[in-house]
Amino acid sequence: MSAPRHVRPLDRGRSDAERPRLELGPLGFDGGAHVLVKLALTECAGGTEVVVRGTHPELLADLRAWCRQQGHGCTPVGPDVGVAAVRRGRAAGARSVGAERAGHAIATEPGAVVARPPPGWGLAPRGALVEPGGPAPDFRLADRDELWTERAESFYEQATATQWDPAVAIDWSQPVVHGPAIERAVVQVMTFLVENEEAALVVPARFLGQVHPHFREVQQVLAVTVADEARHIEVFTRRATMTGYGPALSTVGGRASLQSLVDEPDYATAMFLLSVMGEGTFLSLLGFLERHAPDPVTRRVAQLTRRDEARHVAFSMAHLERHARLQPDLRARLARAVEHRHQALQQTSGLNDDVFDALVLLAAGEEDPASIAHGWQRVQDLQRDMAEARQGRLVRLGFSPGEAETLSSLHTRNFM
Amino acid sequence: MTTSRPFTLGAVAYDPKVVTIWEGFKTWFAGCEFAFDYVLYSGYEAQVKGHLAGQVDITWDSPLAWVRTRRLAAAAGREARAVAMRDTDQDLTSVVLVRSADSLADAADLTGRTVATGAIDSPQSHLLPMAHLASLGLDPGTAFRIRRFDVMPTKHGDHVGGERDATKALVDGEVDAACVIDGNQLLFAKEGTIAAGAVRVLTRTPPYDHCTMTVLDDADGAAVDRFVELLLAMSYEDPVVRPLLELEGLKAWRPGRTSGYEQLEAAVDRLGFYGADGSITAEGYPP
Repeated sequence: MSAPRHVRPLDRGRSDAERPRLELGPLGFDGGAHVLVKLALTECAGGTEVVVRGTHPELLADLRAWCRQQGHGCTPVGPDVGVAAVRRGRAAGARSVGAERAGHAIATEPGAVVARPPPGWGLAPRGALVEPGGPAPDFRLADRDELWTERAESFYEQATATQWDPAVAIDWSQPVVHGPAIERAVVQVMTFLVENEEAALVVPARFLGQVHPHFREVQQVLAVTVADEARHIEVFTRRATMTGYGPALSTVGGRASLQSLVDEPDYATAMFLLSVMGEGTFLSLLGFLERHAPDPVTRRVAQLTRRDEARHVAFSMAHLERHARLQPDLRARLARAVEHRHQALQQTSGLNDDVFDALVLLAAGEEDPASIAHGWQRVQDLQRDMAEARQGRLVRLGFSPGEAETLSSLHTRNFM
Repeated sequence: MTTSRPFTLGAVAYDPKVVTIWEGFKTWFAGCEFAFDYVLYSGYEAQVKGHLAGQVDITWDSPLAWVRTRRLAAAAGREARAVAMRDTDQDLTSVVLVRSADSLADAADLTGRTVATGAIDSPQSHLLPMAHLASLGLDPGTAFRIRRFDVMPTKHGDHVGGERDATKALVDGEVDAACVIDGNQLLFAKEGTIAAGAVRVLTRTPPYDHCTMTVLDDADGAAVDRFVELLLAMSYEDPVVRPLLELEGLKAWRPGRTSGYEQLEAAVDRLGFYGADGSITAEGYPP
């Protein structure tokens, strides 16, 4: 029912005075003829009539009905000319009257990402021509200075290129040969990691729905971060349960520390506390597990999750470095948030003793005094490494070394 | 009529979108400093009566409601006027569809067959095509059987369901023909109810007009003029009013005319739907 493929349906005529002709052949309006008529009218905008020709028995009647619905003019013509001459009505272009280009799809183009996209752009893709009117959803995070980073796209690309499948990337059949006390220590650490990753999932997920879609790349990074954390929860849970011991103790102090992250309403502050201070500290912890865990499955789990967490930290650092450069008072806000959180958590016990001891046992690998002393020293090194790395990141955000040391010391004893 | 109420329109609630449409127009009219309100009726027969009783100043009428209002008014020594309509209300046709593969060559071949229609009070899917077939020498119900799909009677076929059911019955082989308005034939093709090439048009009515804004002779002339002026000023390029025009199915309002209702007046007489005085004479209607 379509025109022969080698024939271009719209013939513009031999001279300007001649009206363009659209040849539909046997194609009718019950088979999509309106698509070609619409295309022809779009190509011939500016009041030019298009003469429609075709052999479908109801072509004129259907063309008239369609033109009436669309607000186009339709005048029958002689059989030697065609079926009817169609003139494009004003309504056909009405949606673009007053329409606005929503920046540019490619973030690096000039003017691509605007400072404050209007609510009315809503879910429209960045760079689209947005018909005026319609819903104006209240995306709370709509200020470029507060959430944008030029590096968001590359972080997203890195993330999608390095996604891994827990069932494939980890050989879960590798044996666990250490004794029950060491295994219980591994299970306790995994339990601690799962509840921390729950917070690391919930916090970006909560902000994700508040980001104006104009900042597409930020949305995408947050979305893939949530997916990363879901996978981390899976592998830590699987490691915790693979030997039959099941998840261990979850303490009030640990959950209170994490809840203070979840409750933080400000995006920049929450991402600072979560990613820069918390996940940054976790990089040291996961590196520790990768080096000292007693079994290959735990080492592999730590290696894979650490790679993702490093990207999360780098994304938040990039965003906050830019934000702090544009709004110098941000640093004071972040410092106050650390102090406030410290005061709020003073009534809690900090890191679960069982977790601390489990780290010693895990790093010891054996239950004899010499191994325990060795494990103890490794945990001391870990805590020093955590503090130094945290201070380094704070300095990168523009805090003085003294401020960085003070703020680092106020960070929750629960690590995250 | 001199009342302190806003200029009040009667409309039939054939679909929930009717509230959206008239609430939207009400807000738009308020922006033009024109006090406007609306009343919804469950059906056109109630709306016509309400209009004659002075409950509203203007009615958004089906073509059949126009016919009845005009007749009732005339019987009471009064006059009805059609003051505005949609661009999409002018010069419509109804078609009698048959399956392409069937051997029916012309309307006479419907003799002894079954023809599906929409609701009993649907101008486009029952009254006009039945009268058209009658004019071709086929007495409806005698020369051929009628299978009516009475979706929402008293709403004069505004609900598309009756025509869709009739078309499905044709496609499924339950009937030999189905009567629909030309625009719905396009709609059913687009939504896939009719596969490409599956049906063809056996016969088509002459062009007729559809809905109209109706006023009676006691309406406030200045208010009617202002209302019509505002309707005609609505632009599809206005992003505030465009969604409402889309819901109501038009690109622009046009001044009213009555020349497109002669065919329906004749059909109503031929099929005995209303009396000359506007009384309801159709058997079993309203149900």
